[in-house]
Amino acid sequence: MSTATVTRPGPGGPSGPAAPGSPSGRPRSAWERVRTYTPSSRYLPVITTAALFVGMFSVGGARYEGFADPQVFLSLLLDNSFLIVLAVGMTFVILTGGIDLSVGSNVALSTVIAAKTLEMGWSPYLTVVAVLVTGTVLGTAMGLLIHYFDIQPFIATLAGMFLARGLCYLISVDSIPISDETFQTWAFASVDLPGGYYVGWTSIVALATVAIAALVLARTRFGRTVYAIGGNESSALLMGLRVASTKVGVYAISGFCAAFAGLLFALYTLSGYSLNAVGMELDAIAAVVIGGTLLTGGRGFVIGSLLGVLVLGVIQTFISFDGTLSSWWTRISIGLLVLVFVVVQRFMTRRQP
Amino acid sequence: MSDTLPKVPDTASAPPSAGDGPARPSPLARALAHPLLWPVLALVVLLAVNVAAQPGFLEVRLQDGHLFGSVIDILRNSAPIMLVATGMTLVIATRGIDLSVGAIAAIAGAIACTQIVGAADQGAASVAIIASTTAVAACVLLGLWNGFLVAVLGIQPIIATLVLMVAGRGLAMLVTDGQITTVNNDTFSDLASGFVLTLPIALIIALVVFGLTAVLTRRTALGMLIEAVGINPEASRLAGVRSRTIIWTVYVFAGFCAGVAGLIIAANTSSVNANSLGLWIELDAILAVVIGGTSLAGGRFSLAGTLVGAVFIATLARTIPTIGIPSEANYLFKAVVVVLVCLLQSPKARAAIGSLLTARHSKGATS
Repeated sequence: MSTATVTRPGPGGPSGPAAPGSPSGRPRSAWERVRTYTPSSRYLPVITTAALFVGMFSVGGARYEGFADPQVFLSLLLDNSFLIVLAVGMTFVILTGGIDLSVGSNVALSTVIAAKTLEMGWSPYLTVVAVLVTGTVLGTAMGLLIHYFDIQPFIATLAGMFLARGLCYLISVDSIPISDETFQTWAFASVDLPGGYYVGWTSIVALATVAIAALVLARTRFGRTVYAIGGNESSALLMGLRVASTKVGVYAISGFCAAFAGLLFALYTLSGYSLNAVGMELDAIAAVVIGGTLLTGGRGFVIGSLLGVLVLGVIQTFISFDGTLSSWWTRISIGLLVLVFVVVQRFMTRRQP
Repeated sequence: MSDTLPKVPDTASAPPSAGDGPARPSPLARALAHPLLWPVLALVVLLAVNVAAQPGFLEVRLQDGHLFGSVIDILRNSAPIMLVATGMTLVIATRGIDLSVGAIAAIAGAIACTQIVGAADQGAASVAIIASTTAVAACVLLGLWNGFLVAVLGIQPIIATLVLMVAGRGLAMLVTDGQITTVNNDTFSDLASGFVLTLPIALIIALVVFGLTAVLTRRTALGMLIEAVGINPEASRLAGVRSRTIIWTVYVFAGFCAGVAGLIIAANTSSVNANSLGLWIELDAILAVVIGGTSLAGGRFSLAGTLVGAVFIATLARTIPTIGIPSEANYLFKAVVVVLVCLLQSPKARAAIGSLLTARHSKGATS
């Protein structure tokens, strides 16, 4: 049986078996491949979001003078750098099918800790470490509660949200300005681009976070386990994957990202205030949803979340350029966008077996 | 190991059928496991703390035909949470959740206040009644919308209601035009501060809604059907339960409750700030439901527990300034309460504590 297949002389000869994609056996030309290329359906949501962003940006450019300026795009990155980092952390959590409501409070706590420790005269580097450790510990604690005691992510992170907000008030009820020199240099550091444009360091850091996260999700065992848990946790467990450490890990990552976003936010506002970032978790979740990540977990990309944040940013830019629209249209349009994406997702997943 | 346990004289009183567990629960253990024990105990502890800090805490006196006292005050303040939590209990019982109630409350307040301000005779009672009815009707529509997303389109409840949570405050701002609208209408402010039969009207409204809900769910089959849907919507549909209608109904009811709560909150200050009215009331309501012993996994619910939970949260908000802690810190206490309640409810945590206790017990028995 097996010898028969081996000894059978192949009609294709040295060219090997015919390519399964081309029944005629004729190799397809490069142009043909480009022409008939259809992106895999898993990239479809991300492509939609990218198209949405480009479309909105072009409409804005056509309608308002100065909108299409590259600097508008660069300040979009600058103004939303903390939200980008936050959405990256949230993507990890949502990919496992969880949710993290604590990130907004965690951002506020980070700004307050940063401002308070700097006021006490700590070294800025020590402050950064303290903030990042606090956020990560908070995230890890929630992850432990969720995994080892089967507490729903929603409720465990709700506790984390209350805890972080309460700690903020305990440290300081008033806004604390940051006057540390190192922090001020970081806040205003930027890279000049040709053409008189500049990009802030915080946005570069945010983009680097996206790149690292994308790499981790696509190329590491941890990343694959994240997707596997989101697809089906019991299957992942039966496959012998490290479900426990990964599940706790995503909340630790989310906590770390929230603390990091808090640092960027502190640099952005140069102050720490316990009422900062109220409801920012909603923006982060909305960005992830608009970025095409499935809220039931298992599917989505970090790059989509980046695009989601940019779409949210464009809406805000739109409203500020227009001048006649009131600020509350931001919230309404974000809600509508989330609705459209959720409904479309629902129908797309329903069609699959 | 567990097979040998029943032979130890200490546990001989336990029924011999205990083969798989350490022992059958004794009456004491069963009392300890009663779902209402912990919430009530927590409330009693809180009240005791209050009495210790302020000896006259429990005093209630009758003045001008009204009851006055800290307890009455707490009950009055708990009315909005009680209302929202009643609606939330039913939603959670169907394995859902409604995050949009805070936004719905804000919309209710916004609509009512804008209508009253826009009326020809601002102080008239009829104006207040019409405005309140319109507001509640709008909230029922919003509840219908949530129900449509969940029951018909089959979107996860947490996401479906997130849409309105995000957009709702924007809608409320749209109604009030971003202004803090202040109204001057005695009938409307009576919703929060008026008294009928010596009791605050707000409390009476909340208790009536609560009572009707309790009767409707526990004296008819409705409660059981809701629980059936919460356990398995598909199976209950196949068994002839109208899952879709029931899910839709609970979201409409949650919208209604949130609307009434929004009216009471707006009436309390006779004004509406679309940004802050009912902010985080959804989380407080969920907390009240969870404290009351209703599982977030759906399938069973305890309305009495929710009532205790709502009063507990209102009492906690009152206790913290009383014992000299800045009132902002009550978030910390809420966090601790959430974690404790969840750990008590979590089967895994119970098992861990249980095995810890039995390990100590068996060690004591062998030595």
